[in-house]
Amino acid sequence: MATMTAPGVTTQPAPAPIKKSSKTGRKVRDNLTGHAFLIGAVVCFALFMWFPMVRGIVMSFQRTRRGETSWVGWDNYTRIIADPSFWIAWKNTFLFTALALVVGYVLPFFIAILLNELRHAKGYLRILVYLPVMLPPASALFLFKYYAYDPSDAGLFNAVLKFLHLPTSEWMQSPTMTIPAMVIASTWMNLGSAVLIYLASLQNIPGELYEAAELDGAGVWRRIWNVTIPQTRLILALLAMLQIVATMQLFIEPLILANGAGTQDSATSVAYLIYQHGFFQNDLNGAAALGVIMLIVLAAFSAVYVRLTTKQD
Amino acid sequence: MADGTRTLISQAQLQRGRGRYLYWALLILVVGGFTLVFLGPLYWMVTGALKSGQEVAQTPPTLWPHDPQLQNYADAWNNLDLAKLMFNTFYYAAGAVFFQLVFDTAAAYALSKLRPVFGNVILGAMLATLMIPAMVLIVPQYVTAIDLPIVHVNLLDSPWALWLPLIANAFNIFLLKRFFDSIPEDLIAAAQVDGASPLRTLWSIILPMSRPILGVVSIFAVTAVWKDFLWPKLVMPSPETRTLSVGIYAFSGGTPMNVVIAASVIAAIPTVIIFLLFQRNIMSGLTSGSLKG
Repeated sequence: MATMTAPGVTTQPAPAPIKKSSKTGRKVRDNLTGHAFLIGAVVCFALFMWFPMVRGIVMSFQRTRRGETSWVGWDNYTRIIADPSFWIAWKNTFLFTALALVVGYVLPFFIAILLNELRHAKGYLRILVYLPVMLPPASALFLFKYYAYDPSDAGLFNAVLKFLHLPTSEWMQSPTMTIPAMVIASTWMNLGSAVLIYLASLQNIPGELYEAAELDGAGVWRRIWNVTIPQTRLILALLAMLQIVATMQLFIEPLILANGAGTQDSATSVAYLIYQHGFFQNDLNGAAALGVIMLIVLAAFSAVYVRLTTKQD
Repeated sequence: MADGTRTLISQAQLQRGRGRYLYWALLILVVGGFTLVFLGPLYWMVTGALKSGQEVAQTPPTLWPHDPQLQNYADAWNNLDLAKLMFNTFYYAAGAVFFQLVFDTAAAYALSKLRPVFGNVILGAMLATLMIPAMVLIVPQYVTAIDLPIVHVNLLDSPWALWLPLIANAFNIFLLKRFFDSIPEDLIAAAQVDGASPLRTLWSIILPMSRPILGVVSIFAVTAVWKDFLWPKLVMPSPETRTLSVGIYAFSGGTPMNVVIAASVIAAIPTVIIFLLFQRNIMSGLTSGSLKG
């Protein structure tokens, strides 16, 4: 902190030293000041981001038993992959991600288009859509678990289905409904932010484009297809990416809604498996290996995705 | 936002004849539907927690509690020691706001205005962390927190275990740096000519101009702490240090369902209030951070 010079020192020509050395001295001092401002954040990044990234990879090739750490090569990976839950977890995670993409990605875009057309109650609707995002996920998920997904006819969803004379469901107790039920809960909790981001980008579309399209005889759907989507292409691509990375880390939904694994392992996710291995089976190294596998899958996916989306240009 | 802006469907089309009726029908449908979908579950939650155990199990469910029992809320407050959990969460959130404001603004200021050597490399390394999924880091981060490198301190049950990782927030630094970038260089040069030190320039010129963005960062810090679950669950294991969400989860096994819901309602009240008070800042922060790099 000594480098944060007192006011005046930097500007008053220093009386004593020679001009040349004072210039380099000042440069050094300015740099030191800059780094002094950075140091707090840099230390935290080093401790909790950069170092753990390397450490996770290192740990995945080690095994710690009774305080002794040794190198074990690919052992952690083979053990993790041999675990039958490994493939179930990936299957569930991919299924959840795919379903969440179909529902949770398309829906906010159309909600945003709809809200952008309405001339009234704009503020109210925006608040409504974003309200669930502000709830603590644990609170919202207990609501779904106990009230919405109550498998008896007293549950909210079953009561509504019954009222509409539709077949009711056992929700989290039925292995086939577990993932759709988690997708519904997760979409309800998260779609608000995507809607607001789309709304902001819709407002940047020049009105003349719609006007021109209309003069050319394009209907509403054609205008969405030929004007709205191309104009918001970048943000659409970005959010798809972000959403996939987020949904692949599915954790709290299985933990609270399905008590972890769910009926017949129908809820086990990769992130839940990391948690299980690391903090219940006392296998931090196996969990680290699983983390590295997840990182590789996501990185490979992102690479393919970036290539596909940039090719179109 | 201006009403005159042309959108997908022209203003004229909405004001004439059939278009007008269609528009109003749609508006009513959307307002009603959204209220039902987004507010309905919250109504169900608040009133459900007022019902007795018997009433909740009734088919078909009652639309409002016939015999409201405040007892569930009282039980939640007392049995789960919600006052303690609430205090903990507030304390962690306040610390998170303070430390993020101090260290992230300092870092963003250095990267935007002081620009020391390797500044861009550091910024790049920070932004790169945005690409790393949180779940991938959870195990090595935990191992780091229980035995901090070099100093060998165990951070379990210490608020620092929440605060230090929160400072490493690349999104905040990016948001702040972008805002600082938009402050004219002339102003800073003028301050320097007047003999202001970098710290003084930050304090008396940059920060007063940056109030909106500082507000956004603070609100995001509070909601992040309030919503976070897995990390506080891991690093705050003892009942005395738990956060609200983790505490409710820990009790959910042996507590009647309505009491858990009542506790969940109480836990959600602060964030809902924050949202209603600051919704403009939150929404503008959300969109300004994600639109255009």
